[in-house]
Amino acid sequence: MQFLAEVACLAGRLGDGRHVLNACADRYHFAVGLGACLARAKVTLLPSTHTPEVVRQLRAFAPDVVCLTDEAACPIALPQVGYAAAPTPAAAGAVPQIDPAQLVAYVFTSGSTGTPVPHRKSWGRLCACVREESVRLGLAPGCAIVATVPPQHMYGFESSVLIALANGHALSAERPFYPADIAAALTRVPRPRVLISTPVHLRALVAAGIQLPHTDLIVSSTAPLAQQLAAEIEQRFATPLLEIYGSTETGEIAARRPTQAPEWQLWPGVTLSQRGEETWAHGGHIEEPTRMWDVLELTGAGRFLLHGRIADLVNIAGKRSSLGYLNHQLNSIPGVLDGAFFHCDEVRTSQTGVARVAACVVAPDLDAARVLAALRDRVDPVFLPRPLLFVARLPRNATGKLPQEALRALAASHSGPATVA
Amino acid sequence: MSDKVSPLRRPAPDGGSALTAEVAGLIVEALNLDVAPADIDPEQPLYGEGLGLDSIDVLEIALVVSKRYGVQLRADSEENVRIFGSLRKLVDYITAHRTK
Repeated sequence: MQFLAEVACLAGRLGDGRHVLNACADRYHFAVGLGACLARAKVTLLPSTHTPEVVRQLRAFAPDVVCLTDEAACPIALPQVGYAAAPTPAAAGAVPQIDPAQLVAYVFTSGSTGTPVPHRKSWGRLCACVREESVRLGLAPGCAIVATVPPQHMYGFESSVLIALANGHALSAERPFYPADIAAALTRVPRPRVLISTPVHLRALVAAGIQLPHTDLIVSSTAPLAQQLAAEIEQRFATPLLEIYGSTETGEIAARRPTQAPEWQLWPGVTLSQRGEETWAHGGHIEEPTRMWDVLELTGAGRFLLHGRIADLVNIAGKRSSLGYLNHQLNSIPGVLDGAFFHCDEVRTSQTGVARVAACVVAPDLDAARVLAALRDRVDPVFLPRPLLFVARLPRNATGKLPQEALRALAASHSGPATVA
Repeated sequence: MSDKVSPLRRPAPDGGSALTAEVAGLIVEALNLDVAPADIDPEQPLYGEGLGLDSIDVLEIALVVSKRYGVQLRADSEENVRIFGSLRKLVDYITAHRTK
C-alpha cells in the first residue's frame, strides 16, 4: 500500500517526457521509480554505465530524458527529478493494470561502433521471464531478496526488482558491498532469504572467512562459477547455489546447479540454434532472435554447455564490452594515433578472480594521465587498461590486422614507461 | 566477527610511517600496481582520479586488510568513500579498528 502511494506520488512529478534514466541507488527507490514509469507509460533507460559520454549519447537517443536520482549531488548531466518519499501515507489506489505489450525499458549494450545499442523490453515478456525464474529457483511466495548487484544491471533488474514485483517476494533496499555488509543485510531480513550475487562477491565472501546467517538459496550470475568454488560455497554456507545464464539482450534464459550437473537447462519455450559458428537464442520471452556472445554446445533438448566467451568480448565483473568498442573509444581520443586493447595473458593473483584488459597506444604528444582521463570520460572505469603501454608503433601484420598474440608479446617485451589505471 | 569493533572508538593518530608503508605495499601487491609503494601519496585519493582504483580494487583491498589486520570493513557508501579517501585515512581506520 505504501509502495502504491509512493508510486502515485512520484508518477505526478516525472514531467511530460517519455523517457526516464532511473539512477536510484536504493533498490526500493528504484522500484518506486519503475512503478511510476509503468503507471504513466514512460520508458526506463538502463545504460550499462553513466559516464559523461554515455549520458551525451542517451540525450541524443531520447532528447526528453530526465534523470531520477536519490543522490544529493548527482553528477549526471540531465534534467533531474530528485526522489522524495510520499509526504504522508496517502490512500493508495488499486494496483494499476499494465498492458503486456507496454514498452517498459530500453537496456543498452555498448555495440562496436561507439553508439550504445538499445534493446526493448516489454512488460509481459519481462514478467514471463521472472515468473519462470522464481519457479526455477524454487522460491516460495514471500521470500526476502538481498542483492549485491545494482538494479540497473539486467541481472539485478530481473533477479531483484522484477522477480519481487511479479511473484510477491520482498526485496531489501540495500546493495551490500563488503562481505560483512552482505552478512548484515541478510541478517536484517526474515527467512526464507535469498542472496542474489556474482562470482566476484561470492569469492570475496569465501576469502573473507565470513559467517552468513542461515540463507535458503544463493544465486550467481554474470560469469560462470568454477565448479570447485561452487562446491565450497554450498558447503561453507550450507545452502544450495544456483547459477543463471543470460544476456542483456535476452534476459535470463537458463539455470543450473553446478555441483550437480554442468549442463544448463533453458527456460521453457526458449530455443538455441546453431547458425554456422554462431549460436542464436529465440522463442519464449525473448523479444527477437539474438546472437549469444558465448561459445555454447547444444547437448540435448533444452540443454547446453557453456565453453567460454567469444574472443572479442570483454566481461569484467558483469560489465560487458568488446575489444572493438574499447578500441573505437581509445582511437577517438585527440592525439591518439593508434591504439588497441587486448586480453592479458598474465593471471593476477586476485582474490576476486577478476581479470582486466591491457592496451598499447601510439600517442607521442600525450601522457598516461591524459589518455586515462579521456578514457574515463568514455568508458566504465573497470575497462581502464592495466597496464597502458606507450609504444612507437603497433605490431600490425601484413594485412593491417593486430593479432592478440603479437600485442601480448609486445607487452611482455616492453620495458619503457608503463602505467596503471 | 564483524561486530568486534565498537563504534565509539576513535581513530588513533598514525603512530608513524611504518604502517602506512606496510599498507601501501599490501595495496601494490594485491592489485599488481605498477608503482612503488613509497610513491603513493598518503593524502591522494585512492578512488577515481587519484590512484584510479575502482570498486573491485576496493573489494580486493578490503580482503587483504581483513586477513592481515582482522578488520572487516563495513560501510554505507559514505563511509566507504571516507575510508578510501586516501591512504592516510585507510591507515587511520585500520589503526583504530585492528584486532591483530
